[in-house]
Amino acid sequence: MEARTFQSKCPECDAELEIPDDIISGEIVSCPDCGMDYEVKLTEQGEVILTPAEIEGEDWGE
Amino acid sequence: MKVGVFGASGYVGGELLRLLLKHPRVEVAAATSNKYAGEFIHRVHPNLRGQTNLKFMKSNPSKVINDCDLLFVATPHGVSSSFIPEIAETGLKIIDASADFRLKDPQDYVKWYGWEHKCPEMLKKAVYGLPELHREKIKNAQLVAGPGCMAATGILALAPIVKSGKIEMNRIVVDFKVGSSGAGGKPTLSSHHPEHYSVVRPYKPVGHRHTAEIEQELSILAGEKVSVAMSAHAVNMVRGILGTCHVFLTDPISVIEVWRLYRNAYRDEPFIRLVRDRKGIFRYPDPKIVVGSNFCDVGFELDEHTNRLVLLSALDNLMKGAAGTAVQDMNIMCGWDEREGLQDSGLHPI
Repeated sequence: MEARTFQSKCPECDAELEIPDDIISGEIVSCPDCGMDYEVKLTEQGEVILTPAEIEGEDWGE
Repeated sequence: MKVGVFGASGYVGGELLRLLLKHPRVEVAAATSNKYAGEFIHRVHPNLRGQTNLKFMKSNPSKVINDCDLLFVATPHGVSSSFIPEIAETGLKIIDASADFRLKDPQDYVKWYGWEHKCPEMLKKAVYGLPELHREKIKNAQLVAGPGCMAATGILALAPIVKSGKIEMNRIVVDFKVGSSGAGGKPTLSSHHPEHYSVVRPYKPVGHRHTAEIEQELSILAGEKVSVAMSAHAVNMVRGILGTCHVFLTDPISVIEVWRLYRNAYRDEPFIRLVRDRKGIFRYPDPKIVVGSNFCDVGFELDEHTNRLVLLSALDNLMKGAAGTAVQDMNIMCGWDEREGLQDSGLHPI
């Protein structure tokens, strides 16, 4: 059976995010376009809140 | 359909042959080179050994006209304008990869190239062959002028933001790093290995000819005169160009608005990819990733400190910067899927 998803928008770049409908709080979703990671929080009403997860930048140490 | 390549011994000619020999809808009927006439093509383009038994023939326009339905021209700048008018009279479709028909104003040839144009009346008939800007005109064109490699790199990075009108149109700075194949196949002291290896050489800090094309095309998009300050550097690559374009905003813009602007502009473009990634090594466009492909990668970063938007673009100068776009133009002129013969990804690693 095909996994069901619902659509959301990436808060960083506005790309379409496909979120599995069986996702649970604490899981990470990643934007295919800009690479932002979001930690998922599900509210009691079933609403999905995406909180940016920390991503390390490139540091050459200058 | 039978096609010919006029001036096929140079790097752009070789890249055209590489693409056309495996294109599903065309047969290469003629490849000309006065220097190598009678010689097998793979003696000059060794990557094509085993791909064809074709030999170079003398550059005889009337012979090529009889053998071909469409002609690619890859001669040095200033050459094609002497023979294209004669060929064009026959109705043959022509895609000229040289600079001879890119500019609309004949005086720009005097200013930027130092010569009077031989057939200025044809400049208005030629279509500037950047599909992302002129697809509809290319469909019905008889003569298409392939864009310059750095011009294409800069225009594709800048077009959406210029069209939006959100920047100062007289303060656009473009900086290019270009690989050695951009200098063509004829050896010079500056292309000699000990002189070129490891360079980051500003070979044209001001006054580069491609400035004229960039200004011409961006001015059309802006609906007003656009000024571009361009610098070009030779770097230690064989293929590839990185364009770093600095524009200054007249109104604040957010990251998500820039994303929307560029995604709307390029959503349906088969060879433009937006690259501004928060993960991985290649977070912005890099020529290394597009070598051998027809992709132009475009990215950006906002600098709130100076109210600046930095647009970055990378392409393979022989592909999207020349032969790849020429084949894309042919596909459009013939009503074919414009991706045909151009769907290779770049090599990684390389």
